[in-house]
Amino acid sequence: MTVMLVLIGVSLLAGGIGLTTFLWSLGNGQYEDLEGCANRILFDDITPAPTAPEPSQADPPPA
Amino acid sequence: MTAAVAAAFVPAAATSTCVHCGLPSSGRFCCPGCAAAYATIGRLGLGEYYRRRVLDPAARALRPDAPVPRDWAARVHATPDGVHELQVAVDGLQCGACVWLIESVLGSEPGLVTGRVNMTTRRLKLRWRGDAALAARWVGLVEALGYRLVPFQVDRLAAERSAASRRLVRALAVAGFAAGNVMLMSIATWAGLVQGMGPATRALMHWLSALIALPAIAYAGMPFFTSAVTALRRRRTNMDVPISIGILIVTATSAAETFGGGVHTYFDSAVTLIFFLLVGRVLDQRARYHARDTAEQLLILRAADVTLLLPDGTRTVRAQDAVVPGDRLLVGMGERIGADGVIERGRTSIDASLITGESLPVDAGEGDAVNAGSINLGQPIVVRAERAGDQTVLVDCVRLIDAAEASRNRFVLLADRVARRYAPTVHLTALLTFLGWYFAAGASLHQSLLIASAVLIITCPCALALAVPVVQVITAGALFRRGILLKAPAALERLAQADTVVFDKTGTLTEPSLHLDTDGVDPGALSLAASLAASSRHPLARALAAADRTAAALDDVEETPGQGLRWRDVRLGSRSFCDVTDAPPSDGPELWLRAGDSPQVRFRFAEALRPDARATVDGLRARGLRVLMLSGDRPDSVRRIAGLLGIDDWRAGCSPTAKIAVLDELAKAGRFALMVGDGLNDSPSLAAAHVSMSPASAADLSQTLADIVFQGRSLAPVATAVIAARRAGGIVRENLALSLGYNLLAVPVAICGFVTPWLAAAAMSSSSLLVITNSLRARATRSA
Repeated sequence: MTVMLVLIGVSLLAGGIGLTTFLWSLGNGQYEDLEGCANRILFDDITPAPTAPEPSQADPPPA
Repeated sequence: MTAAVAAAFVPAAATSTCVHCGLPSSGRFCCPGCAAAYATIGRLGLGEYYRRRVLDPAARALRPDAPVPRDWAARVHATPDGVHELQVAVDGLQCGACVWLIESVLGSEPGLVTGRVNMTTRRLKLRWRGDAALAARWVGLVEALGYRLVPFQVDRLAAERSAASRRLVRALAVAGFAAGNVMLMSIATWAGLVQGMGPATRALMHWLSALIALPAIAYAGMPFFTSAVTALRRRRTNMDVPISIGILIVTATSAAETFGGGVHTYFDSAVTLIFFLLVGRVLDQRARYHARDTAEQLLILRAADVTLLLPDGTRTVRAQDAVVPGDRLLVGMGERIGADGVIERGRTSIDASLITGESLPVDAGEGDAVNAGSINLGQPIVVRAERAGDQTVLVDCVRLIDAAEASRNRFVLLADRVARRYAPTVHLTALLTFLGWYFAAGASLHQSLLIASAVLIITCPCALALAVPVVQVITAGALFRRGILLKAPAALERLAQADTVVFDKTGTLTEPSLHLDTDGVDPGALSLAASLAASSRHPLARALAAADRTAAALDDVEETPGQGLRWRDVRLGSRSFCDVTDAPPSDGPELWLRAGDSPQVRFRFAEALRPDARATVDGLRARGLRVLMLSGDRPDSVRRIAGLLGIDDWRAGCSPTAKIAVLDELAKAGRFALMVGDGLNDSPSLAAAHVSMSPASAADLSQTLADIVFQGRSLAPVATAVIAARRAGGIVRENLALSLGYNLLAVPVAICGFVTPWLAAAAMSSSSLLVITNSLRARATRSA
């Protein structure tokens, strides 16, 4: 009997975690660009060299 | 003129393509803009881009335009924590590499917090700290790469749509969670019935089920409950009414059973039912929203800016909808006129084909009226706006459209027609079952209620509610992959009924542009003429340039509006412009080329039919549809096209009102008309027809009103869509027959009181699966 109660508790907990995670990811906008995400994985993130040597990194000159 | 003479005139032909934008070019780059973009990308170490990208011929080419001075700062949205935000639509995305390029270039900017491209919606979201005016810098960076950025209003309706779709997916997630867990308990209970489960354990299972199911039903069932209440308030009924009543009664009975320590509960059926129904609904909504977003994106990218001439002589760029009567608009060569008005200065030729359906441009000078949406083909002109924005020439169209749409709204969807009959029948059956058991068979109140709710569960129109949307979603998806955009899935039903096709001529049966008759044309002369023509926007010049794509554009070509082009001593234009005196008249549009003192060469043009127009018309006829042609163009050109296509039923010189009158006659004769058209003059008839289609080259308004938009040069999508719609209609009828047939078998069993919860669950799932499996057949669409 106790085993069953534990199992039910565990299964509900696991399901609940899954549900919460899904609702969080939905609210977070994780499903808004499925096409882009599929492509993004093919490219490495690189930080290119700055456009020009700038005196202050925090304050780019106006265009 | 001989080929040798011509060759002497022709500059280096374009043998290569531009390294950056991929357009034909005589050198490594087609323009300084592309060279600069290439240099920038190389300097940032992003040269990898050119190896990884795949150019999309359908997308805008990556050639940087002259920057448009726009007030970006006004579009910036400031958040309370000091971060500025700007969303813009990106035109020219070719593939995933472009996303990477834009984000990497923006990533090198220290001030920017986020610069992220959404490839699905083709929008760029920028967030940064600091001055709002920095927006112009970010936009400039991306535009220098060759993309075009277009501001847009975040539409309230679009925001509501995305909120609605999230609500539905959340409901689906909750229903899925509950269905899985309740089923876990239910299977234990069913096993317990055979293996001997103690009443205490069973009660625990029922209580746990109730604990999960009740809140889940209250939350996930909301979409159905609200829709049912709305329908009932309007004294109507839809599929959601029997669904809601079924769910509520079953839930109430099960709850009563649980609290009373009964043996059978139906929580699993109720929750699974909601889950299945939500799956259908989410799919349906996805398909509809996807179509609408795609159409909206097209409109955003096309929204043109106009150049205003201010009283003090300076110029400013404004959004088209900000123009007011009295404004003076400067319209450059090849630009669309932004408002209805009168030409104040300049003489030019105007292409009004999208508005009147006339295929040839007309000359216009000072004092002539021009309509919004026409294209200025010649010299820059100044137009004084008389009606702008919502009041342009479209006023009349819009009035006709409103009237036409009101009449079409009377169409009732098949699913709702079925629901109207189905709901009362089901509820009556359940009631009779209850009365029968209670009074005639003398069963207890409790048992009679249980049996009556079993009838409701068995008849709950799960399969019936899936029968239509699943087929529509699958068919819409299959058509979308073939370049046919179904804007309202319900249009499939109307399309399946169509028995008459009404075509517009210009731009629908014929290609949007004219076509050069190359018979007996000297290639050298053609090459020279094409080099001159490449710099003009006149439709004839463009057709000529299109006939020889290898010819590179010449510099210093002068254009005399309505007359022709001149480069050194070479002239290309009308017969008087080229001093032709004695040539026999031509039966269509023509251009003459005169190089120095050599004899003049004639180029003839004709409207070219879409490549498979004849086959499509024949195919539609073979399927029993009557084909008509209504055109606003002159009778002789309409007669010629009608002859080529073998259409006997045609009318020329039709005004929008005349077109509607024909459609009305057809409707009165009991025929269902499919209208296929592209021009603004067609838009009222597109709204009036039973169902309508429009090519993607059509006027914005026409695309907005048409039920279906198709892409590409081919006309075959018309036949493909009709066939797919008829096939979908057949599968829907099979589905309805399947689910009704299942009810006929299962209902007697339920009425007799033999249905237990596990039997109900099995029957419900199997009928739903059967319907879904049958619907999958709609994936195979065939062409004509």
